[in-house]
Amino acid sequence: MKNEKTLLIGAGIILGIIAPILVFFGNPVNMGFCIACFIRDTAGGLGLHRAAAVQYIRPEIIGIVLGSFILAIGSKEFEAKGGSSPLTRFILGAFVAIGALMFLGCPFRMVLRLAGGDFNAIIGFVGFIIGILIGVAFLKKGYTLGRTYSLPKLEGAFISILQVGALALVVMAPAFIFFSEAGAGPGALHAPIMISLAAGLIVGAIAQKSRLCMVGGVRNVVLFNDWNLLIAFLCIFVTALIVNLIMQNTVAATLGKSFFKLGFEGQAVAHTDGVWNCLGMVLVGFASVLLGGCPLRQLVMAGEGNTDSAITVLGVLVGAAFAHNFGLASSAKGPTANGQIAVILGLIICFVIAILNMNNKEA
Amino acid sequence: MVQIDARGLSCPEPVMRTMKAVDAGNTEIEVILNSKTSVENVTRFATSKNFKVEKKENGGDTTLILTK
Repeated sequence: MKNEKTLLIGAGIILGIIAPILVFFGNPVNMGFCIACFIRDTAGGLGLHRAAAVQYIRPEIIGIVLGSFILAIGSKEFEAKGGSSPLTRFILGAFVAIGALMFLGCPFRMVLRLAGGDFNAIIGFVGFIIGILIGVAFLKKGYTLGRTYSLPKLEGAFISILQVGALALVVMAPAFIFFSEAGAGPGALHAPIMISLAAGLIVGAIAQKSRLCMVGGVRNVVLFNDWNLLIAFLCIFVTALIVNLIMQNTVAATLGKSFFKLGFEGQAVAHTDGVWNCLGMVLVGFASVLLGGCPLRQLVMAGEGNTDSAITVLGVLVGAAFAHNFGLASSAKGPTANGQIAVILGLIICFVIAILNMNNKEA
Repeated sequence: MVQIDARGLSCPEPVMRTMKAVDAGNTEIEVILNSKTSVENVTRFATSKNFKVEKKENGGDTTLILTK
């Protein structure tokens, strides 16, 4: 058991170092990683939405799935399984994307924003905890989406095979793939492909081995007084904070970008509307508990052969595309009215899903 | 001996079902699982509640026998 803790601490430290390094190499500020934003960028790169500012097939996402896949195969943990309410998971995944794009970050980026001095992320964190507490209340009432069953190996491997295809597209850059033009927005800001891919592979492998999960961190403390996963969360925060401070005092001026800035105003890829920062993350926390893991964990489990997680990832992709097609995603200017309606709708749908799956007889 | 079939349930449901059995005062609990993560989680939980954990592998399934 002690090994598990050491592994999680190590995992947190490595993730906390890699994220600011990706910013150093070109990723947007406080966005070394953001699973929701990067899947959104990938949706844009594939032309599923046409928001010119956020179009780039992010190799980090490809790397996380493949890193998990490769390690799971190597450690004989790869197992093709699924069938636990896939369409419900797809819908929940879509609303995770919509909630995260209201706040402008998945739980992983929320921690990175905290480590960059962005106080708006504190509000987001409060919302995230509230969402998790709501989800936990339903877990205690017997909420379940039902059991998974074994499936053919190819079925479990398909999401990883698709990642190889996505990698080919971003490397070969055929004319039908979209790339945000320089200066257009966050989609144009990225580290070189191979660095992003390598970072993704490392994070995917580490997260697979350590079972790292941002939602699980808070959830397990509430449910079982088990602090293991939350410690990893804290390690990411502390390490990224230290690295950010070092970068801020060394390379920041030369690069012309900020690594650490304390306050609410003028934060990178963020807005200051507290109510909606909070509600966006309530939706992310709630939906993620109903799914059994945060977006990062879904990518990792998808790599391990869990097709329910693969469907969830596709739900995030589609939800992110809708978020831009329907004008739901926030920008630095703040949330949109459509986005506010979508978040409220998402919360209602989560409640309906949670209530109808209490004491599920199928499991 | 109480038996819990937690195969195919996603995290954290296997631990929650075990917790329910523990809270009900059971001192001998058999939990059937088929995912390595769940085996780790249930083992960690049971150990934290001072249960002895015995592990039996059977094909793809793992049975944990928890005794106090």
